[in-house]
Amino acid sequence: MPLWTVPDESGARAPARSGGLFHVVKPMHKAASAVSETKLPCPSRPLAVDVRDVSLTFETADGKVEALSRVNLPIAEGEFVSFIGPSGCGKTTLLRLIADLEQPTAGMLRVNGVSAGQARLARAYGYIFQAPALYPWRTIEKNVMLPLEVMGFSASERRERAKRYLALVNLSGFERKFPWQLSGGMQQRASIARALSFDPALLLMDEPFGALDEIVRDHLNEQLLRLWDQTGKTVIFVTHSIPEAVFLSTKIVVMSPRPGRIIDVIDCDFPRARTLEIRETSQFVKIAQRVRMGLRSGHSYDE
Amino acid sequence: MIARQTPVLAVVLALIAIWYVAAVLMNVGLVRDALEREETSYTIGDLISGSLAAERPRLPAPHQILATFADDIFSYPLTSGRSLIYHSSVTLSAALVGFLLGAVFGVILATLIVHLRTLQKSLLPWIICSQMVPILAVAPIVIVVLGAIGIRGLLPKSIISAYLCFFPVAIGMVKGLSSPDPIQRDLMRTWSAKPAQVFWKLRWPSAVPFLFASLKVAITVSLIGAIVGELPTGAQAGIGARLLAGSYYGQTVQIWAALLAASLLAAGLVGLVGLTERWVGRRMGAQP
Repeated sequence: MPLWTVPDESGARAPARSGGLFHVVKPMHKAASAVSETKLPCPSRPLAVDVRDVSLTFETADGKVEALSRVNLPIAEGEFVSFIGPSGCGKTTLLRLIADLEQPTAGMLRVNGVSAGQARLARAYGYIFQAPALYPWRTIEKNVMLPLEVMGFSASERRERAKRYLALVNLSGFERKFPWQLSGGMQQRASIARALSFDPALLLMDEPFGALDEIVRDHLNEQLLRLWDQTGKTVIFVTHSIPEAVFLSTKIVVMSPRPGRIIDVIDCDFPRARTLEIRETSQFVKIAQRVRMGLRSGHSYDE
Repeated sequence: MIARQTPVLAVVLALIAIWYVAAVLMNVGLVRDALEREETSYTIGDLISGSLAAERPRLPAPHQILATFADDIFSYPLTSGRSLIYHSSVTLSAALVGFLLGAVFGVILATLIVHLRTLQKSLLPWIICSQMVPILAVAPIVIVVLGAIGIRGLLPKSIISAYLCFFPVAIGMVKGLSSPDPIQRDLMRTWSAKPAQVFWKLRWPSAVPFLFASLKVAITVSLIGAIVGELPTGAQAGIGARLLAGSYYGQTVQIWAALLAASLLAAGLVGLVGLTERWVGRRMGAQP
């Protein structure tokens, strides 16, 4: 049963409307309206990610490096959480821990109620890296089909899903191109389609738009928000851009280096469907201010 | 087009000119001695033309080599022991079988080394050592040992050929199979891919450029291996046999003609590998 429909030509910019499988089904909003109901993380909702007292120490040639120190963070299903902080604050490491690409040296970490390792084996999340990391010998379509091949989807299902998700990220017509024939932004969109192709409930994004120019970035941010709004996926998003974090998130986790730790968690209750215009509102500025204060108190602006 | 070919052409012409001068310088003594023994008078012109047409020159002139080469190819039936095509095909088949054996063995070794860390430490030094032994010393041993257990003909030569071939392939593929970058590997991990899937969908395609670079080296040394393998058998057939017979009877022109055949074969084989590489590259989205 299709979870998405393929957008038609005229609506190519808009992602498909979600099917009935997800609990968040809303029509598209053209502008952020202040009266629109805000979706605060509801405590009764099950936790997508539960991080308790997690530490990670790397043994290096120069001695021990505390990448993360006693981190606590519950993330409810359907939230959009941003990790923000300067380099070396452990935001990527925390994401990799959730993805079971690293293992904590202390503490407890659960994803969807099971251990991170079990969640990975159950293919619970899609991971989007800083670089598109498309396999250069595969066409765009075949890149999107790669996780589906690994997971044993049938050939017709693979083709159908590749078509659907490439349409979702506005890459219809580029199926047969090789990655080098696409711009950086298009490549990153293809990598998002690849992460979505097997429909994970959790999206882990590690500075996915960091290498892109601001216009492309704004555009992709809006698209990502719509996608999140319509699918009800949980998104964890690493960034070092304050406006990006405030614009996208329901919750902003401010982190600080040496040792990597969480110094503030800021709820950000804009309506789920928001547009770039909210960046002009006083509420937006206020939250951005608080993030900046948090970063400063963590000495992030020190040399 | 012409501008691009001019330098190549100039170099070739220069080499041929140098060769002619060298041929005269190297052979003129022989010609003068012969003429003086016959006590005939001679001019410088006689000396030069004699040097370039000697029957057993120290260094044959290019046109002599070409003439003998053409004669050896076109004047005899293909199955004749004097046909250079016959000898080339004997060597070529041994080289190709050796190349296949060596390439497959090299890829298998590299796969094992990449997957089992202990092998990297235990096996790699032996692989490198294997190539330090002079192949000319190993070849007779292989021929004799295999001959003693009844394996004769093409296979012993192919094994010597494979012995040389597997090395560049193994080294190149160890590098190639470990070439995927960490993000590409992490991706496979996030999808909890099985090791076989990581191999066929990531490691193998990443290694293809390395494979072709190795195969180009391997295919030329496969030919050398086959020729060397023909020397200790008493030289019944093959380019090696022609070289050996030529040196027994002082037929320098024949040696050079056989060498020309060997180098043309090698160039053709490398060209074939290169064409295959381009074809595979196009299918794998290589940037033109």
